[in-house]
Amino acid sequence: MQDSNTNSGQGLRTADGADPSVLVFGRQVYAVLAKDLLLEVRTKDALTAMLVFSLLALVTFNFALDLRPEVMSAVGPGVLWVALVFGSTLGLARTFAAERDHGTLEGLLMAPLDRSALYLAKLLANLIIISAAATVSVPAFAVLFDVAVDIPAVLGTLLLGAVGVAAVGTLFSAMASHTRAREVMLPILLFPILVPILIGVVQATGLALGSPTARDMPWLSLLVAFDGIYVAVGALVFDFVLQE
Amino acid sequence: MTSSVVQGRARLIALVTATVVVSAVALAMMIFYAPTDRVQGVVQRIFYFHVPMAWVAYLAFFVVLVCSVGYLWRRDLRWDAMARASAEIGVLFTTLVLITGSLWAKPIWNTWWTWDARLTSTLVLWFIYVAYLMLRAYTPDLERAARFSAVLGIVGFIDVPIIHFSVEWWRTLHPEPVVVRPDPQAPPEMLVTLAVSLVAMTLVYATFLVLRTALERTRDENREREQRRALEEASYA
Amino acid sequence: MTERPSSCIIQPPLLVATGIVRRFGRTLALRGVSLNIMPCECVALLGPNGAGKTTLVRVLATALQPSAGALTIGGVDALRDAARARPLVGAVGHETHLYQDLTARENLRFYGRLYGVRGLEDRVSTVLKESDIAAVADRPVRTLSRGMQQRVALGRAILHEPMLLLLDEPETGLDDTAQRRLARMLEDWTDRGRAVVLTSHRLEWTRRLADRAIVLREGQIVAHIDRSDLEPDIVAAAYSGALSSAG
Repeated sequence: MQDSNTNSGQGLRTADGADPSVLVFGRQVYAVLAKDLLLEVRTKDALTAMLVFSLLALVTFNFALDLRPEVMSAVGPGVLWVALVFGSTLGLARTFAAERDHGTLEGLLMAPLDRSALYLAKLLANLIIISAAATVSVPAFAVLFDVAVDIPAVLGTLLLGAVGVAAVGTLFSAMASHTRAREVMLPILLFPILVPILIGVVQATGLALGSPTARDMPWLSLLVAFDGIYVAVGALVFDFVLQE
Repeated sequence: MTSSVVQGRARLIALVTATVVVSAVALAMMIFYAPTDRVQGVVQRIFYFHVPMAWVAYLAFFVVLVCSVGYLWRRDLRWDAMARASAEIGVLFTTLVLITGSLWAKPIWNTWWTWDARLTSTLVLWFIYVAYLMLRAYTPDLERAARFSAVLGIVGFIDVPIIHFSVEWWRTLHPEPVVVRPDPQAPPEMLVTLAVSLVAMTLVYATFLVLRTALERTRDENREREQRRALEEASYA
Repeated sequence: MTERPSSCIIQPPLLVATGIVRRFGRTLALRGVSLNIMPCECVALLGPNGAGKTTLVRVLATALQPSAGALTIGGVDALRDAARARPLVGAVGHETHLYQDLTARENLRFYGRLYGVRGLEDRVSTVLKESDIAAVADRPVRTLSRGMQQRVALGRAILHEPMLLLLDEPETGLDDTAQRRLARMLEDWTDRGRAVVLTSHRLEWTRRLADRAIVLREGQIVAHIDRSDLEPDIVAAAYSGALSSAG
């Protein structure tokens, strides 16, 4: 897979040999994303942590909240989302912590790598890993709690939320990796900022599950708007986080 | 140099004097001038603290935003010192807003707390700026702490309206206690008292901000001086 | 100076650093360092621990922003226009900058993409061969010895054929054979009109390679020493601060 892709970039060069900046940007995003996913496929660090934690949270909620089928349409969306986001922070925390291990972040910073390309690549990598975890935990949720779930619809809603989580999480993970007690700092930074996403996803999922308490609003459009704001702001300020 | 110090001191004395005088007037007006609310009784008077403190909290976080942009732009720790100071005051005032709100809510709504849109977003706001102070405390390097918290100071403030609206959309269907708004029928004495309290609280904020920023600056300067001395001693050793 | 091709002498400096200051919170790691690096030369940065050698190398590599000062690499303002200056520099720091769970080849391929290296697969193969690591190229870096990793790290730094190579204690973890090989590679490098800046603790090694040495002490340049004067007693004097900033 690697070899065929490196060659495909060659055919796209302009006549004078200089690469158009859009192409350079795309190539850099692709390079970092492919590298991160290859590392994840090899180590499975983030995905394992997220999955196990999310499933464990679902089971724990079952005991803590006495989740009987009749309350699930009202409580279920919250349970599912909280399990997923708490699990996600484990993977998010690794985004930059892993890059510090052998000075690889410095290697990235010394390369002519656009900071926004790095941000976008890390965001996409996180999004893909969170999605992978969600594709397992949503069916598991449906089975464990015997809820009739329209899996594609719920998954789609969760992914819209995951974009916001990945956007803010990638930004804060870069900051938290430099702090003492970084495992503590990331969720403390993340959760208050993400309240709008939490509300949007839980309400939208509630509507999908036919929850009586969900408010009828265009939550999905709102989620898209929130995502847009978070990604834009994240890309704008990310450079400041990295400037050493 | 000396004249600017003298000028600065004169300005500070003027500010402190104005704060003390206006606060005293506001306090007197709250007690003697403003009439007791016919429905809520004497408890309503807490609003002369509560509303101005809420205003100051938002003002303080807005100042954090401005100073954060200033710091990232100029990379001058003076901007950061003011951001630090304003964030601390903002958290203090938000805490007081939540407490005075609860004190009022208990007799009037018969509960200390309710997940009303305004209360909820204020609480989330409080968490964001507590996280801001924690981020500073947990980042050992001063320059890095300044940079990171500036980023959070910007992201956090941009998030404030988003949180507010999303919480409002989330709660609008639920039965909720009516938040008391400035009633056009309210006696003018009440509105005048509220206006004076607002001015007084803003002056209190300004005084805190000036003193706290100066303190932070002195701390930074001492640190730099220590550093220079240590270097000089090392080079003569 | 040893004999060099005449083309080296007339060229403008490859790197010009002026008044570089770098603060780390409470400490001033660099206190106004100015230096020029010419094409074809190998410059050693010497100095006791904590003198600021590593900080200086990181600033020159654009991994660290100076708090004050100016830096020009190949005529490009490296602070304002880092994206254009960065391809001109290759650096190996204290750490290898390598992903431990990727193979040597995958590491080189990844960095090659970031630098936009043309004919990437061929170039990677060439570098692997030249660095004598072709045999282990498809093993995860984690499984390689320190010396092997160091060679991969070096290969990573020269992959995009930079004009200036920055090496922070490159001899670490290398055995005698590997050190000789590195020395030959660096000589060949400077002969081709490029420059090397390296830091080292070991004088013997430095004497063999460097055209001149710059001695740092407490974040300042305290001495410039020519190759012919690179003797233990002179260097020791410079370390202790007894030597004034003479040549």
